Amino acid sequence: MVHWSAEEKQLIASIWSKVNVEECGAEALARLLIVYPWTQRFFASFGNLSSPTAILGNPKVRAHGKKVLTSFGEAIKNLDNIKATYSKLSELHCEKLHVDPENFRLLGDILIIVLASHFARDFTPACQSAWQKLVSVVAHALARKYH
Amino acid sequence: MTLTQAEKAAVATIWARVATQADAIGAESLERLFSSYPQTKTYFPHFDISQGSAQLRGHGSKVMNAIGEAVKNIDDIRGALAKLSELHAYILRVDPVNFKLLSHCILCSVAARYPSDFTPEVHAAWDKFLSSVSSVLTEKYR
Repeated sequence: MVHWSAEEKQLIASIWSKVNVEECGAEALARLLIVYPWTQRFFASFGNLSSPTAILGNPKVRAHGKKVLTSFGEAIKNLDNIKATYSKLSELHCEKLHVDPENFRLLGDILIIVLASHFARDFTPACQSAWQKLVSVVAHALARKYH
Repeated sequence: MTLTQAEKAAVATIWARVATQADAIGAESLERLFSSYPQTKTYFPHFDISQGSAQLRGHGSKVMNAIGEAVKNIDDIRGALAKLSELHAYILRVDPVNFKLLSHCILCSVAARYPSDFTPEVHAAWDKFLSSVSSVLTEKYR
């Protein structure tokens, strides 16, 4: 089980309370597809991903980004049991979606950069550190059921 | 991987802004690195790397100056950083995994300071550019 200090919990919660899940999720997923274009391989059914503008405006990307970040919210609500929270999703990503877990790490880091750009000075090194731990734990939990 | 003309332009545009606060951004990036990835501190046992320390600032400045050289010579990063490449290969021998970590922290610092300039396209160009720099610095390792 992961141990979270009171400070870490506070740093995570204070940022999360101000996050617009729909906007942030959409932006994070769009940036993933733009910065690491090979990740588009999982989204052939999403339609037009031919340019950054197309990706940013793509309604399927937006919707999926929101879905992904909403799921993150579940982890934050259950910091003491992230493994269980993601157990079924882990199986799904392995057995049905066939996503290389490296992509969870990539998306986690992109999310951190999006938070940095939104929260600027408030996204201090200490804040980043707590969030890096969170995205790392989530990525690990999502990879845990792979076989 | 080679940078397109558009990517080179995006790198140069942001650099013009970053250069005005290079020292501070360098120090902040290292602070983020040591905070999020404490294992990176193992390369600096001889330094005072506490927040605000002169050595942290000095080293951050060194790192950003090198990046500036790469920007100025973006068509020949290998040539511009040849000496630094040898230094990292034969003397410093920083494990290659750490270049990704520092690059990520530099992107965080830049995103935090210039959010409206740090568009997805600029983000992509800078990620690619720092990846190029990292490649050059580790290419003589073996």
